[in-house]
Amino acid sequence: MEKEHKEHFIPYGTYILVWLSLISLTVLTVTIAGIDFGRFSLFIALLIAAVKSTFVINYFMHIKFDDLIFKVFLLVALVTLASIFILTSTDIFFR
Amino acid sequence: MANGTLAATLENYLEYKSKKGIFAWILSTDHKRIGILYLVAMVTFFWVGVTLGFLMKLEMLTPGKTIVDAQTYNTFFTLHGVIMIFLFIIPGIPAVFGNFFLPIQIGARDVAFPRLNLLSWYLYIIGGLFAIISLFLQGGPIDTGWTFYVPYSIRTTTNVILPLLGAFILGFSSILTGLNFITTVHRLRAPGMTFFRMPLFVWALYATAWIQVVATPVVGITIVLVIIERLLHVGIFDPALGGDPLLFQHLFWIYSHPAVYIMILPAMGVVSEIIPTFAKRTIFGYKVIAFSSLAIALIGYFVWAHHMFTSGMSDTSRMVFSLLTFLVAVPSGVKVFNWVATLYKGSIELRAPLIYVMMFIFLFSIGGLTGLVLGSLATDIHVTDTYFVVAHFHYVMFGGTAVILFAALHYWFPKMFGKMYNEKLAIWATPLIFIGFNMLYFTMFILGYLGMPRRYWSYLPEYQTLHIISTVGSWILVAGLMLMFGNLIYSLFKGKPAEANPWGGVTLEWQVPSPPPVENFEEIPVVNHGPYDFSTINENKDGKS
Repeated sequence: MEKEHKEHFIPYGTYILVWLSLISLTVLTVTIAGIDFGRFSLFIALLIAAVKSTFVINYFMHIKFDDLIFKVFLLVALVTLASIFILTSTDIFFR
Repeated sequence: MANGTLAATLENYLEYKSKKGIFAWILSTDHKRIGILYLVAMVTFFWVGVTLGFLMKLEMLTPGKTIVDAQTYNTFFTLHGVIMIFLFIIPGIPAVFGNFFLPIQIGARDVAFPRLNLLSWYLYIIGGLFAIISLFLQGGPIDTGWTFYVPYSIRTTTNVILPLLGAFILGFSSILTGLNFITTVHRLRAPGMTFFRMPLFVWALYATAWIQVVATPVVGITIVLVIIERLLHVGIFDPALGGDPLLFQHLFWIYSHPAVYIMILPAMGVVSEIIPTFAKRTIFGYKVIAFSSLAIALIGYFVWAHHMFTSGMSDTSRMVFSLLTFLVAVPSGVKVFNWVATLYKGSIELRAPLIYVMMFIFLFSIGGLTGLVLGSLATDIHVTDTYFVVAHFHYVMFGGTAVILFAALHYWFPKMFGKMYNEKLAIWATPLIFIGFNMLYFTMFILGYLGMPRRYWSYLPEYQTLHIISTVGSWILVAGLMLMFGNLIYSLFKGKPAEANPWGGVTLEWQVPSPPPVENFEEIPVVNHGPYDFSTINENKDGKS
């Protein structure tokens, strides 16, 4: 219980790179919003958003450098969310 | 674990005064005081809910108007539901007994975030005040039912936004309490207190906390969407504006079905504490019960749409959710069989808390099994939106959670307040509650099966006999509740002093004095065995005698 918390310093350069990636992905989202991908538009937008949140969670929220237990917590939330989406789709797509 | 005697010299949490008067309570970050704050507020709200329920049953004594008109009846059932669900049963056992006993049972001095804990109580009170203030504003009290179904909740002229905001704020209180408990269990367990040495009440609270954290935000965002739709007429749920009303039902039940497990899981944890203590033997199937709590929490997420079988969603969806619903019966059944197996060949001491637990097993089993009638697609269509559903819900929630809240009050009362209650009176209250309860709600199963719709202010004359039996049952039930609470309140002031361990329990809270000292333990205990190991206690007794 009394484990020392491991300090992990991330260089400023990494933060700036992540920030630039987020900006670029936002620009990409806005750009492709103008292109008609039909029913895939929503999935593409969500995919980019998922990549962006992965960056934020891993670097800004330090999950990448944290204990396994925090990754498990995150997984629980993600699996729950995915299950909710899948189960709701049994109504939406078969109604 | 013998340091409890040393701690007896420390000042107890009720006498300790860090500040003057009421501020010593409402500004206290002591988990025990916060638990008592919740208890006082919840019992108050409970009696408001009981009064509304009592008046509703009185109204149903005759067809047509008995005491109130139809619109007032609509507000009565809505407020009864909102108060009982959001202000009583959901915070219920975790907020009072979880706050008070979780840290003590794992050998900690407090929860992980004591200030956040106090903030949770303030949010709970503010949320409750929002709901109450809405009653007195122009437009009148909300009349949507506690489920706030759209499109009615978007179109009704009664005050909807304020009580919705109240529920939103209460949601935050629930999330923060869940967060606090998860962190406390992971970070503050005493040396030697491994996960599989934790009492089953802690396991149940842990599983519940996860539901609170993961599911509650869904209802929060749904509430915000309804408010946006009411204020700005954006088409989200209202079909007239291009919205999808079934989307609301999905989102509402994605939270509100797991919320049913927020209500019942901690109660199941309390049962797993009380039975070993009064059977004087370790619980049957400790690990299976612990895992069944997690299984219920997990499967509980995936069954929400069984509330929507007649709403017009797809057939595929109905079959999937019906199947999943049946799966929940498995871990629930595991618990019931393990409790009964624990009692088998135990040295049973029939004290008040155990009598409440036995009442729970009986009522909860009826509630659970009638749930299967509602989970089957064919039978659900016959009884949906009838009194059958109302009866099922009350058997599970009142016969389940509330009866166990009473059991917990009787079990832990000596520890919390350092006083004993009159046990004869406590036991006399149980047949009144049991008979009143069954007269009130079992008749509703029959009424529902015969076709009496829920939430109706009037009914056909052929239903009257059963309604009269039900209303008389409500009088007996309320008499039983008054006797039970009266006894406890009297004992608060006039009860005999309680010993540290009046029931011969073996979990850590029974190793500290009654009431517990401010910081629970003078020295944090070192745990070297499971939570229900009665062999050491029996050996000690033999050794001493």
